[in-house]
Amino acid sequence: MKSVPLPANPDPVLNQAITPELVKKHGLRPEEYEQVCAHLGRVPTLTELGIFSVMWCEHCSYKNTRPLLKGFPTEKVGATENFGRVLVKAGEENAGIIDVGDGWAIAFKIESHNHPSAIEPFEGAATGVGGIIRDIFTMGARPVLLTNSLRFGELESPTTKRLLRGVVAGIAHYGNCVGVPTVGGDVYFDRSYEGNPLVNALCLGTLRHDQIRRGAAKGLGNPVYYVGAATGRDGLGGAAFASKELSAESSADRPAVQKGDPFMEKLLIEACLEMMAIPGLVVGIQDMGAAGLTCSTCETASRGGAGIEIELDQVPQRESGMNSYEIMLSESQERMLVIVQKGRESEIEQVFAKWDLHAALVGTVTDTGRMVVTQHGIVVADIPAGALTDNAPVYHRDSKRPAYLDATASWTPHGSSLPDLDLAGAKAALPRLLSHPTIASKRWIYRQYDHMVQHGTVVLPGSDSAVVRLKLGNTEKFIAISNDCNGRYCYLNPKRGALIAMVECLRNLVCSGATPLAMTDNLNFGNPYKPENFYQLKECVSGLAEACRFFDVPVVGGNVSLYNESPEGAIDPTPTVSVVGFIEKEEHITRQFVKAAGLHLVLLGGAPHELGGSQFLGTIHGLKTGDAPAVDLGAEKKLQDFLLSQIRSGRVGAAHDLSEGGLLVAVAEMLFGAGRLGASVDLSVLPAPRLDALLFGESQGRVVVAVAPEDTQALIAAAKAAGVPADDIGTVTETPSLSVRTARGPVEWDVGGLRMGWETSIESAMKRPGIA
Amino acid sequence: MNIAVVQFPGSNCDQDAFQLFATGLDLPTRFVWHKETKLGDADLVVVPGGFSYGDYLRCGAIARFSPIMGAVKDFSEKGGLVLGICNGFQILCEAGMLPGALIRNSCLEFRCVTCDLAVEDAGTAFNTRVLGRRIRLPIAHGEGNYRIDDAGKAQLEANGQILMRYVDNPNGSMGGIAGIRNEEGNVFGMMPHPDRAFERFHPSSDGIAVARAVLSVRYPDLVRKSA
Repeated sequence: MKSVPLPANPDPVLNQAITPELVKKHGLRPEEYEQVCAHLGRVPTLTELGIFSVMWCEHCSYKNTRPLLKGFPTEKVGATENFGRVLVKAGEENAGIIDVGDGWAIAFKIESHNHPSAIEPFEGAATGVGGIIRDIFTMGARPVLLTNSLRFGELESPTTKRLLRGVVAGIAHYGNCVGVPTVGGDVYFDRSYEGNPLVNALCLGTLRHDQIRRGAAKGLGNPVYYVGAATGRDGLGGAAFASKELSAESSADRPAVQKGDPFMEKLLIEACLEMMAIPGLVVGIQDMGAAGLTCSTCETASRGGAGIEIELDQVPQRESGMNSYEIMLSESQERMLVIVQKGRESEIEQVFAKWDLHAALVGTVTDTGRMVVTQHGIVVADIPAGALTDNAPVYHRDSKRPAYLDATASWTPHGSSLPDLDLAGAKAALPRLLSHPTIASKRWIYRQYDHMVQHGTVVLPGSDSAVVRLKLGNTEKFIAISNDCNGRYCYLNPKRGALIAMVECLRNLVCSGATPLAMTDNLNFGNPYKPENFYQLKECVSGLAEACRFFDVPVVGGNVSLYNESPEGAIDPTPTVSVVGFIEKEEHITRQFVKAAGLHLVLLGGAPHELGGSQFLGTIHGLKTGDAPAVDLGAEKKLQDFLLSQIRSGRVGAAHDLSEGGLLVAVAEMLFGAGRLGASVDLSVLPAPRLDALLFGESQGRVVVAVAPEDTQALIAAAKAAGVPADDIGTVTETPSLSVRTARGPVEWDVGGLRMGWETSIESAMKRPGIA
Repeated sequence: MNIAVVQFPGSNCDQDAFQLFATGLDLPTRFVWHKETKLGDADLVVVPGGFSYGDYLRCGAIARFSPIMGAVKDFSEKGGLVLGICNGFQILCEAGMLPGALIRNSCLEFRCVTCDLAVEDAGTAFNTRVLGRRIRLPIAHGEGNYRIDDAGKAQLEANGQILMRYVDNPNGSMGGIAGIRNEEGNVFGMMPHPDRAFERFHPSSDGIAVARAVLSVRYPDLVRKSA
């Protein structure tokens, strides 16, 4: 279709000729620019070029990942008529929604704010939280919890300290003020994230099925409202900025980082939920997140199969003299686009007046399928909405197995003559592992987050999963949520690493007494134009998809963050997964801490025997090598089903899965609860070709459970019957020491000393001079 | 019995406070919007936690000018019971209804932890006889560092206006002060959250006892019920 040429704009900036340099500056490739011209039937205006550049960047278009993401299962096979159905699927809307029964549902999603956080950690992380909260209440849900998944460089580095302090303070600032508890998360420290931290924030909300709202513009002539904060020049082209590699010049992009106002967001939540509670008023609603007003208008138009016309002079503005390019590309925070039923304008205006917020009538729904933008009476953009969304370019990138994998995959401790641990080495290794910031207590972080507001947090941060009570009308339900992803495994074996991220996340939930329900993922990778990076991405996605299918845990939404590179290279591939599990009965809630002496410790899954990719190799030997631990999905499923059955039978007093640091770290962590307890453990009978692999190896599918002495034999017998290896490895003692018998002799630690290192490691590293 | 919970823009523990009284104590409870100028019938006014007006400028500094605060002040001057929790405590200090001020935590960070608190024998119903010597309540604040001049502090001590002190001071508060009342004994303020200690899975259920202790200043039957 040929378009009428747009009138010349009297503003010389907006009227400038579109040169190849200008196209390049907008991150569009020459062939993409050709497509832009073809869609328009003419040369774009500057405003249009800006609009295409933000909508076609990876952050909005998923142009490099869309074909891969199609491999994810988006429906739950085992869903029943009143539980587990996916009500809004991944990719359809701002967040996916899944049925939790009795007419209620949950909406949840994770999203990254990596690039802004690298440049401006406080605001970057804060606005990441704000953005994901908007994605949830846009759907009609009340936000009830937040979690986050963070990755930093080595903690010794001053840059890491600055970033960690800023990111945590930013998350705290926003989440605490807005009144949504930050109930959990995961944090890893590894050199590969130096200078390119990962900040992935998740929000979960609750709603009734009849409260689900869509981001679709429908109904010819329906008014389009802009609500919330005024538009400023901040965050110009933030989405496009996030689709570039970070470089030494990135700090010059600071204006691309937005500034958040959690107070405004709190008002917006309340006002929007109040407005959506009015029957039939809201036709469609979408937040202005990445690509701001541009994205919200063209996406709603495209979803609704309609067109939209907006008049920028009506948009509330924070500064004068903003041109159409700036208004359309601004990523000012805390703004929403709302389409309401024609004739009911006064109802929306009343709600927003109550909350002292802007509700500006900025446009109307049309039937042209086009997004038409005018300013000062002149059309500045006129684009087929579909060209920006469904018809955005899609690429199948080249993929190439990275060369380093040959060396790492064939590494064995034997082949490299790595000496096994003696007793003195074992004695020294445990406290070092426990105080490594990746394993150490994250108390320094989570005590800065309000994790209790809304009074529903049941299991506080610091256990395998967070558990939250949801109040749903007159009923209550308990859910668990856990995040996971070990980038080291994904670096060494991308597919297996992704499988592990999933199975470990599921195992964490099962340890808490929950049945996994659905997942959201955040794919953090390097530049996809480098075939090695794309190989990692492709393999990781296929691993996640396989695990999701195997366990019938659908993907209900997620986010892709590419170009996570600093001058030192790409980050370790990090497909963060976050799974929500459902707890049938409150009494099934299980924690990782043992509560009484005399309990038996039973290792489920068999003796660990692999060293590859372990934290032990990294911390003790300075090696990031070997193959990632093996994953046997069938065995994993047997283990998890068995554990859940035992938790439900009431036999399990505590459960903790083996992850970073392996068996001894897991046992030690179980002792770090309220009681000052110890444990006497006998590992001498377990098969152990190498002591280091037994004590600290990270073989998958292992859990330690604490069981009453009288139940131990029954549990072991039940495990045998279920085909799950089970070994009674010791007992919890009154004496606060951890004593371990190995085939090479005994070794003992004072639990208080171990705990001190574990609890205060991050705190001491982050201590501010002169402050108690 | 009628409990009124004030809602400011940015209040975020309003639901928590509401539930403490409505389900924890099973008392008729309702919200009052900050733009109102009248409280209506109330036996206790709760000023809840949160970030009223974003806590911009200074915690509680803007909220004290809200239309409803005139009514709250009148109510207290007539002897009505007022309880400020967290941000509510900050607001009551800013409004001059309680002495002293709350400044940035000495650690310069927000703190969300559960604290042991030593209850003082402060008279009426809020004392160790009713609450025991120790209670456990969560805190969640960035500005809970209580400050008052020496004369003011001496007066608080002399009048038994200090309700409770932190056992391990988390925020640098003078004398570890976590909660106080006014001289007349009808206005209470505390940084710890009784509204996060009343459900069966909370770190303690001491919030119920604290809420009863405040109410029983006027309604002694409530304490007997809890004992």
